[in-house]
Amino acid sequence: MKGELRNFWKGEGLVNFCSSILAVAWGLIFGLFILIISNPQQAYSGFMMIMQGGFTDGIQGIGQVLYLATPIIMTGLSVGFAFKTGLFNIGAAGQFTAGAFAAVFVGVKFTFLPVGVHCLVALLAALLAGALWGMIPGLLKAFFNVNEVIASIMMNYIGMYMVNMLIQRTVYDQIKNQTQPVAPGANLPRAGLDKLFPGTNINIGILVAVLFVIIIYMILNKTTFGYELKACGKNPNASRYAGINEKRNIVLSMVISGALSGMGGALLYLANSGRYMQVLDVISPEGFAGISVALLGLSNPIGILFAGLFIGHITVGGYNMQLFDFAPEVIDMIIAAIIYCGALSLLFRNLMSRIRMQKSRKAERTGQKQNAKEERES
Amino acid sequence: MSVVYFIVQQTMFFAIPLLIVAIGAMYSERSGVINIALEGIMIMGAFVGIFFINAFQDSMSGQGLLLLTILVVGIAGGLFSLLHAFASINMKADQTISGTALNMFAPAFAIFTARMIQGVQQVQFADTFHVAKVPVLGDIPVIGSLFFQNCYITTYLGIAIFLAAAYVIKHTRFGLRLRACGEHPGAADSVGVNVARIRYAGVIISGVLAGIGGLVFVIPTSTNFNASVAGYGFLAIAVLIFGQWRSNKILMAAFFFGVMKTLASAYSAIPFLKSIPIPNEVYKMIPYVATLIVLAFSSKNSQAPKAEGIPYDKGSR
Repeated sequence: MKGELRNFWKGEGLVNFCSSILAVAWGLIFGLFILIISNPQQAYSGFMMIMQGGFTDGIQGIGQVLYLATPIIMTGLSVGFAFKTGLFNIGAAGQFTAGAFAAVFVGVKFTFLPVGVHCLVALLAALLAGALWGMIPGLLKAFFNVNEVIASIMMNYIGMYMVNMLIQRTVYDQIKNQTQPVAPGANLPRAGLDKLFPGTNINIGILVAVLFVIIIYMILNKTTFGYELKACGKNPNASRYAGINEKRNIVLSMVISGALSGMGGALLYLANSGRYMQVLDVISPEGFAGISVALLGLSNPIGILFAGLFIGHITVGGYNMQLFDFAPEVIDMIIAAIIYCGALSLLFRNLMSRIRMQKSRKAERTGQKQNAKEERES
Repeated sequence: MSVVYFIVQQTMFFAIPLLIVAIGAMYSERSGVINIALEGIMIMGAFVGIFFINAFQDSMSGQGLLLLTILVVGIAGGLFSLLHAFASINMKADQTISGTALNMFAPAFAIFTARMIQGVQQVQFADTFHVAKVPVLGDIPVIGSLFFQNCYITTYLGIAIFLAAAYVIKHTRFGLRLRACGEHPGAADSVGVNVARIRYAGVIISGVLAGIGGLVFVIPTSTNFNASVAGYGFLAIAVLIFGQWRSNKILMAAFFFGVMKTLASAYSAIPFLKSIPIPNEVYKMIPYVATLIVLAFSSKNSQAPKAEGIPYDKGSR
């Protein structure tokens, strides 16, 4: 662990971390700029609301941040995992919807299951549905060379319409244009967290998300399978030459990625928070938020955890900002600006590595001088 | 017969924006830059255009206003795409990421601006651009009813843009250089072509056309704009891939999707389809399922530009 920490300070880790922080800073400055243009009098107070985010309402706000962060940490993990294996899973939204529907369907219909088991079965159903939805673009990519970005975007739309149709035919509440509520036994247990954060919708979902962060970290960094996946992402030709089954890895990577998104859907809609799946022609925003989370967290599971919390934080800030007559969409603009600056971070990284190279060259030179001196003296 | 006329007229509304955006995307991709930001640029173009119409419709109306708006929208799309060009050409950034950032930015910007200025996020506009019948040409039997009645001048503009774009990329010096930059930028550079400038031109052309495409999509199909172009930017990329990055095939692909989309949205007006008991949602899925199937068959021997998505580095020549 100590060695890893030292690596973090010396190696890529620090540079990546700094470039992320820098991107966030630029994004926030951009947000302030927009607020100033649109309403100069309120801009400063509005901006402070964003910065304070979840901390504005004390413990309740923090609980809200954790609740909002849970699904986007899952979709972020999903997108980030696929990134690590060289795939851009822009279809997290569709997989999220598929998983959410499976969980809600089991939650509403399978009332014969005992309380604890019911919830587990619902989660499992979500995992499977998400995995299935991720598998299709994976298969198309592996065997038909279809660009996974386009394929998974198409799957987003197909998933949205299909889930709308299935909701209307199975678990529909016609009056409210949404799904029926799930049975109480299928909701995620609160496990005392609601006592810790009174007045919020928090439940063990956030702990499940953290568990998945650890699992994905382990898979990517401690197993042969994870190594193979990353090798395929870095250089498909070299890994094929090394005897790695590239096609199998593409499919598996998309399956796991899809399962993670599907889980995110279950964690959101089994939270007993009064949110129901609605029949609207809108692609679920949590899926796209996952892309932002993954990019901001640099596809590192630990980074994704913090990126998810950060985005949850400023999203709460965005809601609070409506007090000052600002539309909360400014948050999405800030996030987009952060992602854009993150894409530009190469400039920053080059700068850092140049500084580092100069340092090491200097050290080399002084070392050589010392060596020469010693030789002369002897 | 009136059903056939109806289908053809509807197909135009869906196919022309796809055609315009996809032919623009061809310029970007064949110069070597993946432009996944088309969706965002379309939204930006449509938003600026509809807002412009909303602001000026009291003093102007009809085709003059439409043409002026198209000009404005083209400029807006071009300017917005500069962000992508800067990131992917100067900064050598990951082109998918910078494109995704633009895609996320555009709808948020459209909603935010609309709500700050007018309180609600939908921007209304009065459709004074509809042409019931083109003089003279509309009176030709069959052809007149097929192509020159119940239409918008954007249809003809779109076809004109397509013809011009197809000619330029194949038969001019600029087109040749652009294609060279997408296939082998090192070789192009070695004979004195400025790769960065050509790629900028490619991205800007795609931005201008995507902006126009966004407006052309919204005007015939709606009377307000709600910060979305229904995934048309992504469909245009699918059209580009299905069309194998070649202009003639893109034309066919765009009309294929146009027909699919028409069936999806207008099936209830077609007596034969209405009598079959298939749920509404299945029709809506058709264009996307068709895209997947078509891509599965056409992606195997892809003729994508060789240097697509790879930032050009002089040092690696």
